[in-house]
Amino acid sequence: MHFADKQISKSTTIALTVRQSLIMAYRGLIKVRRTPEQLIDVTVQPILFTLMFAYLFGGAIAGNVHTYLPIVIPGILAQTVLTGSVAIGVNLREDMDKGVFDRFRSLPIARISPLAGALIADAIRYIIVTVLTFTMGYIMGMRPHAGFTGVLEASLLAIVFSWCVSWMFAFFGVIAKSAAGVQGISMMILFPLTFLSNAFVPVNTLPGPLKWFATVNPVSRLVNAIRMLLEQGKTGTDFWLSLVGGVVIMTVFSILTVRAYTRKAA
Amino acid sequence: MNSNKLSATAVQAQDLVKIFGDNYAVNGVDLSIPAGGIYGVLGPNGAGKTTTIRMLATLLRPDRGSAKIFGYDVVKDSHIVRQLIGVTGQYASVDEKLSATENLFIFSRLLGLSSRDARRKTTELLEEFGLTEAAKRPLGQYSGGMRRRLDLAASLINQPPLIFLDEPTTGLDPRTRNQMWNTIRRLVDEGSTVVLTTQYLDEADQLADRIAVIDRGKVIAEGTPAQLKAKVGRASLELEVADRENISFATEIISQILMTEVHVTATDLITAPLADAEVITDLLLALRNARIVLSSVSVKSPSLDEVFLTLTGHPTEPTTTVEN
Ligand SMILES: Nc1ncnc2c1ncn2[C@@H]1O[C@H](COP(=O)(O)OP(=O)(O)OP(=O)(O)O)[C@@H](O)[C@H]1O
Ligand SMILES: [Mg+2]
Repeated sequence: MHFADKQISKSTTIALTVRQSLIMAYRGLIKVRRTPEQLIDVTVQPILFTLMFAYLFGGAIAGNVHTYLPIVIPGILAQTVLTGSVAIGVNLREDMDKGVFDRFRSLPIARISPLAGALIADAIRYIIVTVLTFTMGYIMGMRPHAGFTGVLEASLLAIVFSWCVSWMFAFFGVIAKSAAGVQGISMMILFPLTFLSNAFVPVNTLPGPLKWFATVNPVSRLVNAIRMLLEQGKTGTDFWLSLVGGVVIMTVFSILTVRAYTRKAA
Repeated sequence: MNSNKLSATAVQAQDLVKIFGDNYAVNGVDLSIPAGGIYGVLGPNGAGKTTTIRMLATLLRPDRGSAKIFGYDVVKDSHIVRQLIGVTGQYASVDEKLSATENLFIFSRLLGLSSRDARRKTTELLEEFGLTEAAKRPLGQYSGGMRRRLDLAASLINQPPLIFLDEPTTGLDPRTRNQMWNTIRRLVDEGSTVVLTTQYLDEADQLADRIAVIDRGKVIAEGTPAQLKAKVGRASLELEVADRENISFATEIISQILMTEVHVTATDLITAPLADAEVITDLLLALRNARIVLSSVSVKSPSLDEVFLTLTGHPTEPTTTVEN
């Protein structure tokens, strides 16, 4: 049998694109299994941060650790999940510099599939980070009023939001010259976003400009929405605002990323 | 569904140009490569071989000019072109962190094979390329030759009618190089067209049906190996006699039989241009009859350097001119 038996297709279909992206995600998961050390950020951080923040600030901010937990665990969840979304940029940059990307580019596959695959494979990171944060909270004595359903809904919201934001880091990964550069710029954006919010301290304790930023910061909306889901089992304005914020970020950066990426992959 | 009547010209490139900064890596390359057979692209370091191949393989967009693969444009119909080609780049284009099996399996799946077919194809290719034993190990532990073979195997999954090989034998030991040559010949026997680049005239000579010599981004000669060699000059014979006393006698015999002028170098090496390798047998017999004992005999084919010197008037490596 030789080539004449085969069909030539003019372009790729959505179904094929999805299929190829899932294969790329599978490749990503094999790599995680080979080099588990790339999960260090999503495993160590939730453990370290829950302990550190709860015992360091618990007394000062909320009087004691136990009353601080419902405030700080949502904050840490938002922070650790968002931190987990940064890695996509570095990973993409490193991947695109490797020889195997030339192979992908020479295959008749959807241009976007290596990128989409990497974003899908990141689900494993989000799941780990969420499970660990809540487990730590549980061990330290947090019992959300909304129970397991609340935890599940809050986790989903945090993951969806972070996945949206990860398009921004993917964009830096695609346009940057080096992996170190991606890391640098991503951290510069991540730190103000997570710390200049209501994640760890009440906003009204902040001075003027910081207070303003912390209020408009979509991460504050996310943290509020998570607190509400955990304590009241309800979705309020903050839920919708954070979701809309996430979708806006994703829309803008997915367009930018795909454009930059296909140009580089052309 | 398309009927796969592929054009009889595998590659048709016109005035291809690629500029990096202000460096014309490829500066107006025309190529016409017939389907079937092996086409060699020969040139020294930095000649623009890789850049040319990358443009033909849709990996790099030409700054000027156009190229068609079996009639399909590399820019406009890139998705179709990618279904017609297999590419083995100069540097390994496989996943370092994965094993050979995982690499081949993933590429097969991406090419549309079902999970079962992909597994079968993977086993088949691993066996064919002698990689079965190492198949489960991550590539970090592979030798250069194994990597090269895996890379080639990965380019053959969908049995493409056109295969680009960028310096497929650079860095291989002689035995592995021979295996690679045999594999390449087999691909052609099975109906594929192979375009390969090389820095070695000898390799192009052994393998290619036609050769394009490129230098500084331009095709400076094109033709069959015989045509090119005729342009370039002849091979030369070099011998040394065991006993210095015999040098002049030997020189006389050689000049009679080869019917050319013979030189003796300062190190007592006897050299003569060799038009026809057949006459060596006669020559050696004559020398033995004259009881002249030889300490070494060799035939030197024209080197790539000589080819370049002849074709371009400059040596392959840029030389610094000394002003005096
Ligand atoms: N990505 C790039 N950016 C800038 N310059 C490049 C790039 N790729 C190649 N070049 C330059 O283009 C010229 C041709 O390079 P190319 O790799 O095509 O040569 P080659 O014939 O394949 O050489 P070699 O035998 O060393 O592989 C060289 O001067 C090289 O420095
Ligand atoms: Mg090269």
